[in-house]
Amino acid sequence: MLNSMLKLFKNFKKKDIISILVIIALIVLQVWLDLKMPDYMSAITRLVQTEGSKMAEILKNGGFMLLCALGSLVSAIIVGYITSDVSASFSKNIRKKIFSKVESLSLHEIKQFSVSSLITRTTNDITQIEMLIAMGLQLLIKAPITAVWAVTKILNKSWEWSALTGIAVVILLGMITFVMVLVLPKFKKVQKLTDKLNGVTREEITGIRVVRAFNAEKYSEERFDEVNNTLTKTQLFTQRSFAIMQPVMFIVLYFLTLGIYFVGAYLIDGALMSEKLTLFGDMVVFSSYAMQVIMSFLMLAMIFMMLPRAGVSASRINEVLDTDITIKEGNFDGNTKEKGTVEFKNVSFKYPDAEDYLLRDISFKANKGETVAFIGSTGSGKSTLINLVPRFYDATEGEVLIDGVNVKEYKEYALNNKIGYVSQKAFMFDGTISSNVSYGDNGKDDVTPEQIKKAISVAQATEFVETMEDSYDSHIAQGGTNVSGGQKQRISIARAIARNPEIYIFDDSFSALDYKTDLSLRKELKKYTKDATCLIVAQRIGTIMNADKIVVLDNGKCVGIGTHKELLKKCDVYKEIALSQLSKEELENG
Amino acid sequence: MAKPMGPGRGIPEKSKNFSGSVKRLFSELSNFKIVIGIALILAVAGSILSIIAPDKLSKLTDEISKGLVVNKDNMATVTENITNNFKNIDVSKVMTSPSLTSEEKQEFVQMMSNADKDDEKSLIKSFSDLNENIQNVLLPEIEVDGNYINGVDQTKYLCLLSEMSKEVTPNELYKKIDKMPKSIQKSIKPFMDMDKIKSIVMLIAIIYVCSSLFTYIQSFIMATVSNKFARNLRSRISKKINKLPLKYFDKNQTGDTLSRVTNDVDTIAQSMNQSLASFISSITLFLGTIIMMFHTNYILAFTAIIASLFGFAFMFKILGKSQKYFTKRQEELGKINSHIEETYTGLLVVKAYNGKKVSDKKFDECNEKVFEANKKSQFLSGLMMPMMAFVGNFGYVAVCIVGALLTQKGTISFGVIVAFITYVRLFTQPLSSIAQAFTSLQSTAAAGERVFEFLDEEEMDKEDDIKTTLDKDKAKGNIEFSNVTFGYDEDKLIIKNFTAKARDGQKIAIVGPTGAGKTTMVNLLMKFYEINSGDIKIDGISTKELSRDNIHSLFTMVLQDTWLFDGTLRDNIVYNRENVSDKKIMEICDTVGLTHFVKTLPNGLDTQMNENDSVSAGQKQLITIARGMVEDAPFLILDEATSNVDTRTEELVQKAMDKLTAGRTSFIIAHRLSTIKNADLILVMKDGNIIEQGNHDDLMKQNGFYSDLYNSQFEL
Repeated sequence: MLNSMLKLFKNFKKKDIISILVIIALIVLQVWLDLKMPDYMSAITRLVQTEGSKMAEILKNGGFMLLCALGSLVSAIIVGYITSDVSASFSKNIRKKIFSKVESLSLHEIKQFSVSSLITRTTNDITQIEMLIAMGLQLLIKAPITAVWAVTKILNKSWEWSALTGIAVVILLGMITFVMVLVLPKFKKVQKLTDKLNGVTREEITGIRVVRAFNAEKYSEERFDEVNNTLTKTQLFTQRSFAIMQPVMFIVLYFLTLGIYFVGAYLIDGALMSEKLTLFGDMVVFSSYAMQVIMSFLMLAMIFMMLPRAGVSASRINEVLDTDITIKEGNFDGNTKEKGTVEFKNVSFKYPDAEDYLLRDISFKANKGETVAFIGSTGSGKSTLINLVPRFYDATEGEVLIDGVNVKEYKEYALNNKIGYVSQKAFMFDGTISSNVSYGDNGKDDVTPEQIKKAISVAQATEFVETMEDSYDSHIAQGGTNVSGGQKQRISIARAIARNPEIYIFDDSFSALDYKTDLSLRKELKKYTKDATCLIVAQRIGTIMNADKIVVLDNGKCVGIGTHKELLKKCDVYKEIALSQLSKEELENG
Repeated sequence: MAKPMGPGRGIPEKSKNFSGSVKRLFSELSNFKIVIGIALILAVAGSILSIIAPDKLSKLTDEISKGLVVNKDNMATVTENITNNFKNIDVSKVMTSPSLTSEEKQEFVQMMSNADKDDEKSLIKSFSDLNENIQNVLLPEIEVDGNYINGVDQTKYLCLLSEMSKEVTPNELYKKIDKMPKSIQKSIKPFMDMDKIKSIVMLIAIIYVCSSLFTYIQSFIMATVSNKFARNLRSRISKKINKLPLKYFDKNQTGDTLSRVTNDVDTIAQSMNQSLASFISSITLFLGTIIMMFHTNYILAFTAIIASLFGFAFMFKILGKSQKYFTKRQEELGKINSHIEETYTGLLVVKAYNGKKVSDKKFDECNEKVFEANKKSQFLSGLMMPMMAFVGNFGYVAVCIVGALLTQKGTISFGVIVAFITYVRLFTQPLSSIAQAFTSLQSTAAAGERVFEFLDEEEMDKEDDIKTTLDKDKAKGNIEFSNVTFGYDEDKLIIKNFTAKARDGQKIAIVGPTGAGKTTMVNLLMKFYEINSGDIKIDGISTKELSRDNIHSLFTMVLQDTWLFDGTLRDNIVYNRENVSDKKIMEICDTVGLTHFVKTLPNGLDTQMNENDSVSAGQKQLITIARGMVEDAPFLILDEATSNVDTRTEELVQKAMDKLTAGRTSFIIAHRLSTIKNADLILVMKDGNIIEQGNHDDLMKQNGFYSDLYNSQFEL
């Protein structure tokens, strides 16, 4: 855990390290001033005690002490300024690093991490680390320096007092360790239970129709109560254990002062007359140094309490940063003679760590202006296949060629300029309808309002867009929560159209649309994009019946390529799929 | 312990009605009134004890410093007596003394003849050289304060005295005293009353122990009360969820309700646990310290208060400023987080559309802003600690200087200064905890408001006056919709004048484009919502006269969303039904085609079904279908229940369902028209109305909307 933290700290820049050195120097100064103060305190005490001391002396010492306090404050302010700069810029840099890294991860890696986990790693986990640096950097440097320095200052005063202080430190640390060992694992449990409580409540709400339809209110309340009770029990345990910390700390601190005074009384009583006054001064000073020692040990303990949590965050961040980028861009700028062709040559694919192939030996070619459709049952690999074109994955074996050039040789930018991709689940950005349609960069001029309008009309979205309050400038919430699924899908199709690409990829993008819309959209699209090549993944036979080529997939293998009619005759899998959707006559008539 | 704050935390949410929510919170706490009272009394008692302690500590210091001062009275007496003795030396007494030998007398005569009688110093010197016996006779024993001083010691004393100059510094004097004979030291050395010291130490120790004990009991009670209260609130929220009309969940986001159950309740529990008692004890400490300070010495009290307030005024100004930056920081963090979320969830689109550049630019802008806000807020909040320390030190010096002045005048003893040093510390400490407790109380008020707002939401009708029940086993299965109108919003009707009739055993399909109101019809039939006008009758009884529970028990319902909960596969299928044998479960699995899936699971039916990626959407849907099949009900509703299952599996399920529903009335909503071709009655819905109805063949002949819809799947 500490390793991962240290590893993460390698991301400190040179400037930061200089800053940290300055911080160390300033903290040494601060500690020196802090520890100088008790000397003046004792001087003042002695002066006040001794008859006939001059007021000027007291004022002088008081002045010095205030100067020390002021100096310490100033240096603390400077340290605070530098630390906040170091921690904020560290988190800024790491955040940027992760963000860039995630942007270049492949689909497979993203799925392995899960999007929500990646989000937490970029946000909360970084905040954790930032907190540790902001608070820990100062304490981690200051506490040991103070402790060691204060210990050397008091060590030769009296072994009795030193022993008392030692005992107090041991008791406190012992107690903290004990409580931590007892409570820390429970903290993790509390976190888990809170998540579970959240989960159960979420289930209760998302499944509310089911709960009610089954008259299962009581059942779900019981489920909730079970988690609720365990959570409460665990919380009670941790908080009750923590309740003991403060009083014990209080008692140890005050008993230490009391003990120093009590022992001091005996020491003074037994001392020579000439040493009594010095001893008394020492006693007052000692008790304040002893506090410093204990406080610095407490600070250290606090950091060690923060460490485990930050350590987990650090290793989670490292995991992302350490992931190798599997998909590296090539050098080709995309200037090809051939346009609009997609060719798969003996392509096989499996996940890097998997044994089984998801796709095996797939070969086909889509020529300019052709529509190639892919069909097969769930898990047959049709989405995976289509994802190889924009390089969300890379083929394990074989080649994927666009315009006669292997996709791996293209620059990322150049490759994307040739493609208009529409995902299965439509995605909306926070912005307006127009900004969503004109999203991105296709290496050509900016999309004009006319083009946006045209794209929307081809996507059969004009009707609902124009009835919206601000028409094309209507606000779209993040994730598109204020438009329906079908509407989202049409906007995302418009986005691809506005891009005016050589090759369209529709990854099951039509199933959210009803038959009628689906049909008119495809008709319009065909008209508008005569020269463009279309790759379509679909579930409905109706959607793909008229494709130039249909590739039938079954368990990652191509079991048939041809037109609808050809396939009906020669491909059993296709026939089965078709028959489950339409009757024999319908198929023949269609 | 410092609790790190995540995004969104940290800024206290302002409540709309602070005093109102606090009042409500306290009234909700009335069950715990007595225990909380005890805890608060203990908190007050604890603080009072910790105020008394410094006073006692100052007494201890006074006692100890008594051990520093020379007993001047005794010293004067000793000096006087010895000098007198010395002046009145009677030489003849030596000569006649019976205790001296003749040699000793001889020695004395010898000395006297050599001595210079006018030089006191040398005379004393010569005395000290004499035999001890002679010295004792020469200077008769004296008694001071119960200590007897013999001649030898007196001579030594005279020796030391004669060596001292008139203007002796205390230090020189103390060094001489260390050389003095024990008998004299005893009477003039400072006296420390060890018994008294011991008893004061015992008293202080008891005070500390009691104060700690009170604090512990108080924390224990508050931890218990706050957690029990939190449990209570959570469980009330959970029960409330089941009593709210579905309308509520349409309008409010799940995340919002969730955050009430966890975050808000946590906030309330935490601040009850920590802030309430600390608020009370801080105020006690604050007021108590002021009283004690004035009680002890009003000049020093003013000094301490003015010195601290001076520092605090400065500090609060900075704090106020940093609050602004904290709010700003939360805002900026929120912005960057939502940008991150957007980019990550839409990463494929971002990548494929070359959106990285735009996204990076926005990210950098946000990141820079977060950096600035972070830096400022952290810097300002980091000032708190050193400022506190400075205020403490400043108060210390001020108290010492003024205290020294007063001590010199003899107005106060040194112990008072020691006490004040502690008072200054005690005085500065509660101010910041009061400020902290106050902000936390504010966020508690806001959290409380949200929780109680939820608990006060209007519930569904309790249905107390419903007497009619329709027995599940006797229901025939006739359903009649007559002129039903309904809208989720009063002014926006979704269902307009819907009239239809389903006879027992019929298979009824509802088709139509998205937004036509298909699912709404089902919702109304299940009485999830109350209809605006018209009536729905089951076997001739209006659903208004039947309880929701009763209606629900008549239907088996499978929904489009596959809802699985965290539990085993068996839990998910059996759900709330009791006494379902494994044999029955396996039979059902067989029917819906889950058997193979169950066999591939590591623990079969006992496999946990938490967000498991290995369960596909289709399999999830089959599990929910199986859930619906555990219990037979006279009516069946399938709302797009097979939309995620591939068409071949769907056929199988359909057949099983048909067998199961033979003779039962069933409602089927489906996207795929192939699914519903054999329905007895197809209702074609558009914009909340039935525009066509009949069986497949009839509708195809009509050449209307349905045939359009149907034929569109074959067109180019």
